[in-house]
Amino acid sequence: MSSSVVAMHISDGIINAPTSAVFGVVAAGGLAFALAKSRAQLDERTAPMAGLVAAFVFALQLINFPILPGVSGHLLGGALAAILVGPWLGSLCVGIVLIVQALLFADGGLTALGLNITNMAIIGTAVGFGVALALRPLATRGRQWLIGVAFISAFMNTVITSLGFVLQYTIGGAAGASLGAVLISMIGLHALIGIGEGIITALTVGAVASSRSDLVYLLRGAPQHTRTAAAAQITPQGSAS
Amino acid sequence: MGAGHAHPLHLPGTSPVHRLSPQVKVLAAFMVVFCVVATPRAAFATYGGYLVLLAAVWVIAAIPPGWIGRRALIELPFVVLAVLLPFAQGGERVDVAGLSLSADGLLDGWNIIIKGTLGVLTSLTLAATTSPRDLLLGLQRLRIPATITTIATLMLRYVEVIIGEARRMRIARVSRGHDPRLLWQAGATARSVGRLFLRSYERGERVHLAMVARGFTGAMPALDERPVPRLEWTLGMLPVAVALALVVGAWATA
Repeated sequence: MSSSVVAMHISDGIINAPTSAVFGVVAAGGLAFALAKSRAQLDERTAPMAGLVAAFVFALQLINFPILPGVSGHLLGGALAAILVGPWLGSLCVGIVLIVQALLFADGGLTALGLNITNMAIIGTAVGFGVALALRPLATRGRQWLIGVAFISAFMNTVITSLGFVLQYTIGGAAGASLGAVLISMIGLHALIGIGEGIITALTVGAVASSRSDLVYLLRGAPQHTRTAAAAQITPQGSAS
Repeated sequence: MGAGHAHPLHLPGTSPVHRLSPQVKVLAAFMVVFCVVATPRAAFATYGGYLVLLAAVWVIAAIPPGWIGRRALIELPFVVLAVLLPFAQGGERVDVAGLSLSADGLLDGWNIIIKGTLGVLTSLTLAATTSPRDLLLGLQRLRIPATITTIATLMLRYVEVIIGEARRMRIARVSRGHDPRLLWQAGATARSVGRLFLRSYERGERVHLAMVARGFTGAMPALDERPVPRLEWTLGMLPVAVALALVVGAWATA
């Protein structure tokens, strides 16, 4: 990991205890809902598939990219996971990664676990997938379109995730820094991170779509070429589902 | 799990803290950190009390302070944020070493640093004395759905395999002239990430088939459950009681 990571998890003491507890309940409810939905989607395959996707998200967060000279961020992976495996499995996996990071790697505070899960696993994934779903008619037009849609949803995922923090800070921020300053610095920083996140997400989705477009959840139901078509173009007339 | 799956923050041992049931430790760690976060920012002595409490646990668990100290550097980025507050904030100014600083900002910066540090130290103590396997077992006994703990178990089992694959792909790229510091070279990184996803997903399909072949029906077999002796709960809740007394004391005198 880089010595100067800015896309980091909230630590203990930034948000006060009652707010952290409330968001802990929100996070638990959200994850329980995502778990029920992914079971319906995958039946008995849930555990192994989610386990491997979570391991993938975990590995993904070790990839750093530059934002400003000397400052780097790492991927959040919420939009990427949602586009590739769907919003339910995606948010479940990001949430489990955050739990394990907090308990085993001291990354993100224990009391801030609910805040971090709410932001990154629930809000982030929901926004990322919501944007992608809204733009789905465009995404099924072709590979370039899909890449563009993936970029926008990953960018929005990162920026809105930071707004989740601003909301929590408004409710129960322990420090008295003015809200405007926090809002501007969080959005500014995360817009820059979002560009990096967007580029990597877009190109990754493009790479997966060109070799196994059947694995891209967002394109399920759209007419596709088989996996043997190496540089498959997604058929332009695909919008049925 | 084999030695290859031991994680870097675990310090194997046989102390009473190591042997305590994991669910007791997880619950105790959460409750202690909640007490820390609920402490008023100017109660300096109380924070000293928490540190003594943690130090006492380290002595019992035979964890060298230096071992914890090196790993506590994780939270360094937050220190940077906290150091900026005294300069950025308004309100009453105080002069420290010739610099005009916001008094409120100083307290807020201190608040973030001390709570963040105590939080990281508590998490590290939990991670050092609990193996990943025990920790997941503890979560399961705390009524976390078995599917979640099964997913986490599989994740921990495979994360090193996948990180190893990512590392080999990175070395292969770098040895062919790739320089990941440059944003316009993101294409190569992204193609590797795409490849990594396909490998992870297809491995998931293979693992699923292997599990089905061994009789997996969607739920893990129930574990032999023995209730935790009352003595263990008493011992584990002792630090929580101390932390609770500290936070109540801090509010009473504030």
